[in-house]
Amino acid sequence: MDKYLVSPNPHVHAAVSTRSLMRDVVIALLPALAVSVVFYGWKELLVIAVSVASCVCIEYAITRWLLGKPSTTGDLSAVVTGLLLAMNLPSTTPWWVVFIGALVSIGVAKMTFGGLGQNVFNPAITGRVFLLISFPTYMTHWEMPAGLFGADAVSGPTLLGRVNEQGAAAVEGLDCWQTLFVNVGGSAGEISALALLAGFVYLLCRRVVKPWIPLSIFATVALVAGIFHLADPAVYTGPVFNLVTGGLILGACFMATDYVTSPMSTAGGIVYGCGIGLIVTMIRYFGSYPEGVSFAILIMNMAVPLIDRAFHQKKYGRT
Amino acid sequence: MAKVTFKIGGVHPDDAKLSRGCAIEVLPLPQTLYVSMAQHLGAPAVPCVAVGDKVKTGQVIAEPGGFISAFVHSPASGTVKSVGPRRDLAGNGVTHIEIAVEGDEWVEGVDLSEALVKEIPQDRTAMLDRIKVCGVVGLGGATFPTHVKLNPPPGSKAECLIINGAECEPYLTSDFRVMLERADEVVVGAAIMRRILGDCPCVIAIEENKPEAVKSVSGAVSALGYEGISVLTLKKKYPQGGEKQLIDAVMRRQVKSGALPISVGAVVQNVTTTLAVYEAVQKNRPLISNVLTVTGDCLPVESQRNFLFRIGMPLNYIAGYAGGVPGDAAKIVSGGPMMGKAVADMDAATVKGSSSILYLSESLTRRKPESACIRCGRCADACPMGLEPFLLNRLRKAGDLSGLEAGSVQDCIECGCCLYSCPANIPLLDHIRMAKGQVMGIIRERAAKARAAAEAVSPKEVTKENK
Ligand code: SF4
Ligand code: SF4
Repeated sequence: MDKYLVSPNPHVHAAVSTRSLMRDVVIALLPALAVSVVFYGWKELLVIAVSVASCVCIEYAITRWLLGKPSTTGDLSAVVTGLLLAMNLPSTTPWWVVFIGALVSIGVAKMTFGGLGQNVFNPAITGRVFLLISFPTYMTHWEMPAGLFGADAVSGPTLLGRVNEQGAAAVEGLDCWQTLFVNVGGSAGEISALALLAGFVYLLCRRVVKPWIPLSIFATVALVAGIFHLADPAVYTGPVFNLVTGGLILGACFMATDYVTSPMSTAGGIVYGCGIGLIVTMIRYFGSYPEGVSFAILIMNMAVPLIDRAFHQKKYGRT
Repeated sequence: MAKVTFKIGGVHPDDAKLSRGCAIEVLPLPQTLYVSMAQHLGAPAVPCVAVGDKVKTGQVIAEPGGFISAFVHSPASGTVKSVGPRRDLAGNGVTHIEIAVEGDEWVEGVDLSEALVKEIPQDRTAMLDRIKVCGVVGLGGATFPTHVKLNPPPGSKAECLIINGAECEPYLTSDFRVMLERADEVVVGAAIMRRILGDCPCVIAIEENKPEAVKSVSGAVSALGYEGISVLTLKKKYPQGGEKQLIDAVMRRQVKSGALPISVGAVVQNVTTTLAVYEAVQKNRPLISNVLTVTGDCLPVESQRNFLFRIGMPLNYIAGYAGGVPGDAAKIVSGGPMMGKAVADMDAATVKGSSSILYLSESLTRRKPESACIRCGRCADACPMGLEPFLLNRLRKAGDLSGLEAGSVQDCIECGCCLYSCPANIPLLDHIRMAKGQVMGIIRERAAKARAAAEAVSPKEVTKENK
């Protein structure tokens, strides 16, 4: 009998692993990555490659050589962080700046907390915000898409950057829906809302994430922006503009839904999403930064332990 | 009718009902049978035969060892060879009666004919007594003595009898075959229990992946024409056959933590138990046989079987009869892959509640290495009791027993959904089961103390009253 396994139930397991979930996130990001490479060309490809390679190597180095533990890079979470970081950076970012971002994302935000599952802050966002504060010139200089096949590159501020300087009038007459397809001037993750949404739908279909966090973010942003826009359309941009511009879709669908740094329960997720939505609009309207998605998510990351304490699953027979 | 299911949690494992096409075959008797005295929940039965005694099939060989216990009958005719400890499925020593089989000569008074007896007796107490004397226990897993469950304590009333034909465990097809081949007897059994419970409505609940069973049982219900019995199709979801989940699915009621199903008016009986009730009441036939599936992912479909076995048959006898253990079997399970027990010893004998010999391959059953919790929440989404397994696991690591109790670890039904769903392969249920044991111990201790305190106080009250 010795040759047979004896272990407690259950004796079978679902075909799901950390690796398979992360692989699905990578697949979901592919459309948006492809669009950005087509529009920004080989420079964008370089940013992506440097970011992913650095994240994976840094995680490998820290686990193997610093901690002396088996490497965890096989779970692909470092690849996801690398991709998300790259999508938050302009294609003109020099490679060494990308590397520093990766170092902060993986080395500081992820590994010092104990690695995957232990970190309080979303690693990619932490890296991005660090770069934004440390290297503002690189981080706010956006290149107008020249494309893989295009000729000269033109540079200029993003739509949100213009609004921040000149008020809502700066984008008057802009067809917001156009940005759904191609958002002129932005980071890779901001360029095509449609490609991002397609990836997100894939994640929903594969049941990797639930829709409540992004939906509550979108609803809050639309509501708050709607109220302000009604009050003074000349100063405050409208709901549609706020939904489709900047990193909102990327942030809401791919970064606010990060398992590790978001609440566990559905109700908690909705509170978290509303919080992010509110902070985003406040920063966009009143802050000195044109864009607030990253800050909003980091701020709400801090509230997650509290939210998790307040909201629990509904138990059977205990009402 | 719209298909229903339970509200909280649940998972959808591949149902792999590979042996669904295999008709029930009667297993021939082996030379020796080993009848366990612990075939049921509660106190073990006490042997009432001695070495050398001649016994007949269906003769009582052990009597209940307490209120929650059951009669055990000889599964064949022959001679008692020994009475003593022997290893059971889990490898624990349990008293067994060893019978050298000489034939299959039944005791007097048992109706062995195939004829269906449709007339339901009127005398409730007599029927309950028959069920008790025939040693009927719940065959859906818990093996709780059936006569106890069918006799609600005073003050509680059965409002719905649920016949559990969910068979939500993957691979198993024994209940399915019983519903297909013996639908009439099952329906008469349901009518008997309904009568015992004071003519409450009866629902026969079957999962949607068994449309043939729904058809055959519905056909039997309308053909036999009993009142108050209906068939309900359930959505496929594990653990639908869990008593609490089934009550939620069928009655839209939830049993409070620590309470019995009867507190919400529910009595749940499995389909094979229902068949056993029929045989006990209408045929005076004691429970000495049941149906078991020989199946698994590494057993070719043509080697799969559904057998009518007698209790006391060693597993390796059945396995051998069915063609032997497949070479690539890595684990042998008695019961379903979600809640069954890994067999530690193939010499162990079948008991009343045996439902399968399940051969699982290495790739299907070997646990993958554990990694860090990624807080994905899948375990909590899967838990049919609405618990938060990741949290319970964290509290267990911290040794926080009061936190565990507040997190309702004692409500865990050990269904395995959490571990099944965890992408990090954390052995959640292993840890939770241990924590549950500790917390239950504390709860029991507290209850005992409270009782003792109440008893210490009450004499004073009596004297006060006397003054
Ligand atoms: S085994 Fe217990 S904790 Fe795990 S899912 Fe089932 S009831 Fe919940
Ligand atoms: S399923 Fe596993 S990884 Fe996910 S939250 Fe539960 S314990 Fe953590």
